Amino acid sequence: MNIIGPNEILFLLQGLKWTILLSAIGFVGGGVFGLLVALARTSNWKSLRRTTAGYISVFQGTPLLMQLFVVYYGITLIGMEVDAWVAVTIALTLHASAYLGEIWRGAIQAVPKGQSEAANALGLHYVSRTKDIILPQALRLSLPATVGFLVQLIKGTSLAAIVGFIELARAGQIVSNQTYKPLLVFGIVGAVYFVICWPLSLYGARLENRLAAAAAR
Amino acid sequence: MPQTPNIDTPLIAMEGVEKWYGTFHALKSINLMVRKGEKIVLCGPSGSGKSTLIRCINHLEPFEEGRIVVDGTALDDSSRTIDAVRREVGMVFQSFNLFPHMTVLENCALAPMRVRGTKKAEAESIARKYLERVRIQDQADKYPAQLSGGQQQRVAIARALCMEPKAMLFDEPTSALDPEMVKEVLDTMIGLARDGMTMICVTHEMGFARQVADRVIFMASGEIIEEGEPEVFFRNPAHARTRAFLGEILAHH
Ligand SMILES: Nc1ncnc2c1ncn2[C@@H]1O[C@H](COP(=O)(O)OP(=O)(O)O)[C@@H](O)[C@H]1O
Ligand SMILES: [Mg+2]
Repeated sequence: MNIIGPNEILFLLQGLKWTILLSAIGFVGGGVFGLLVALARTSNWKSLRRTTAGYISVFQGTPLLMQLFVVYYGITLIGMEVDAWVAVTIALTLHASAYLGEIWRGAIQAVPKGQSEAANALGLHYVSRTKDIILPQALRLSLPATVGFLVQLIKGTSLAAIVGFIELARAGQIVSNQTYKPLLVFGIVGAVYFVICWPLSLYGARLENRLAAAAAR
Repeated sequence: MPQTPNIDTPLIAMEGVEKWYGTFHALKSINLMVRKGEKIVLCGPSGSGKSTLIRCINHLEPFEEGRIVVDGTALDDSSRTIDAVRREVGMVFQSFNLFPHMTVLENCALAPMRVRGTKKAEAESIARKYLERVRIQDQADKYPAQLSGGQQQRVAIARALCMEPKAMLFDEPTSALDPEMVKEVLDTMIGLARDGMTMICVTHEMGFARQVADRVIFMASGEIIEEGEPEVFFRNPAHARTRAFLGEILAHH
């Protein structure tokens, strides 16, 4: 069998489904923990700032592939049965939370100091100051970089193949092996990634322009 | 701490306050008593410590030595005393510092809701009351960026008033404004002074000082050099540094 028929396309779409699901897991998990990392990085507590700075360095300084390996085999090593899902969820969350935490730390620190001073002078406490004043402004500032990271993450999920996931890239490899049409198959796979990532990149660039225009006003 | 109410008890008292930024001695032995209803204008060259002084009063800056007592609460570094003082003292900044992602009304209603637990409807009615007082009620649903500088500063004054403070601190409230907008902000402050608000204003608007100040205080190099009633202060300054400073200010106006 070496034609690319509906079955092959369906198989690729199955792979796409995993790619999207893995990206969503990484983004949601990374978003929640990334927020905690960003808050820890900007806290008044020095040891907390140091610890999270180290955490960020480790996960930004090593390949995602290695992080997946270490989590997957690391957990098995301490004698626990792990589902590939659990391992990938943990690894993607750790990875994404380091990157998002660093992006959001920068954004929190980019909010003018006068904002937290005004909040302090009004008697607002940490929770309200953070939730009502600082984060809404910081998240807006960080949107272009956040969208940029999401694009990286979508492409990065292809590495989950090493722990057995048949996501889009791996599905392409399988179809290519069956059909002996690597150029065509990977052309299709590449086009699918592009169709997802390109609008996101455009959106990020537009947000960035809008922020720049607002800042210039 | 218990305190017998007394007309002569100062609302704000600073006693022997010393403040360092690292090795830089920013405030030197500051003594200042402000009675209830009193209006103080604080002036002096740039870098003399005026902002630092008023920012110590609501603990935006910690200080190392001395005592600051506001309405019977002695500031230590505990959040209990800091909260108590900030509930009684409002502040207006040179750069307005309105919250840009909130409407004018939301800017004003936030602190009553979050600090006092006031219900939203009531907080908004308080906000409208003070927006009316600074005559900007028709802009309540706009965002700060849609307002002129003078309007923004009046909103900032209303926002502080919504906490119904006993005293207001102003840090060069008109310095960032285009000249044609200075008057509307000064008029708002004059109105506030007439209504009996206790005020400490860092400003170089000497006309304002003449009109409302009970005392003018001159600072240089982190010290209070001299103080006096406006007429005496302007006509007959005692120190050479004060004369030099006033000469410069008058030359620029
Ligand atoms: N956060 C800070 N760190 C170090 N030095 C500061 C800081 N804030 C102010 N200073 C210094 O303290 C002095 C007084 O500053 P400030 O109170 O802002 O003066 P003014 O308001 O009279 O212009 C200045 O020399 C200034 O450089
Ligand atoms: Mg100043």
